[in-house]
Amino acid sequence: MSKSKKVPYLVDRPMSFCPGCGHGIAIRLVAECLEELGQADNIVFPIGVGCSSLLGGGIEADRLHCSHGRAGAVATAIKRCNPNNVVISYQGDGDAYSIGIGETTSAAYRNERFTTIIINNTNYGMTGGQMSNTTLPNQKTNTSVYGRDCSVTGNPIRFPELAADQFNVGYAARGSVHDVPNIRKTKSYIKKAIEMQLSGEGYSVVEVLSPCPTNWKMEPLEAMKHIAEHVTTYFPLGEFVEKEEK
Amino acid sequence: MPKVMTKPERCKQCGLCVDACPKQAISFGDGINAGGYNYTVIDESKCIACGMCYTICPDGVFEVLGEK
Repeated sequence: MSKSKKVPYLVDRPMSFCPGCGHGIAIRLVAECLEELGQADNIVFPIGVGCSSLLGGGIEADRLHCSHGRAGAVATAIKRCNPNNVVISYQGDGDAYSIGIGETTSAAYRNERFTTIIINNTNYGMTGGQMSNTTLPNQKTNTSVYGRDCSVTGNPIRFPELAADQFNVGYAARGSVHDVPNIRKTKSYIKKAIEMQLSGEGYSVVEVLSPCPTNWKMEPLEAMKHIAEHVTTYFPLGEFVEKEEK
Repeated sequence: MPKVMTKPERCKQCGLCVDACPKQAISFGDGINAGGYNYTVIDESKCIACGMCYTICPDGVFEVLGEK
């Protein structure tokens, strides 16, 4: 009896994320795409710091744990030295957008030939739920206890739109994992991003909206509904740029 | 006929599969796994092996075996 839907062998081990966390789904989607494209043995993951670091313990592939926010720079080096490897930097929003905004933006600006997967849960999850660059207006976190005041802290950053509008990137999209149809759509985005890297067209970025039940202080189902009702209103889903493949 | 297999030792009791199942075939059983979580069980008489649970589960508890 063959398996029609099996967990990819890359991630077929227990993950150490909180119950209801979206990281597990996103990592499985990446592994599924790599298996389908025949690149499962040709992958290197530069991993950011934060909850995304737990990918290191949950995946059976080459990976490198980078300094905080610098996965974009490390991925650039790996891809330039080993152009035949598929390089996917796996980062959180605090890592890629707050501390590593310089590296992430520079990689997009130079149109480096690697893929970035950014898990956006609108806070710094690993350190206990502090405000990040993507925290929604009026969202309460440990460091914005009265709600985020955008007149003082600035507005949440929308990176895929920025990359699509300002830089000559290959692919930019935003997906979500809050329900089954969106998970399937997000998988197609991730697959296109990896295909864009394989064709050598340029930088590809996929932001994945993910729940953080622990730090949002919600039940897992409530957190999924929160994404559908509130987070997607500020972070619209869809593809923002898709270059023609060579 | 395809069949859903589970790995209850991975379940973290988040309940996303219970909500996603279109046939209400998944529920929390009486068992507790090594992590201390009350894991889910599948009512095979209701299950149609659609794979929704596989898609939504963050922890790889479900696998659909067999071709449709």
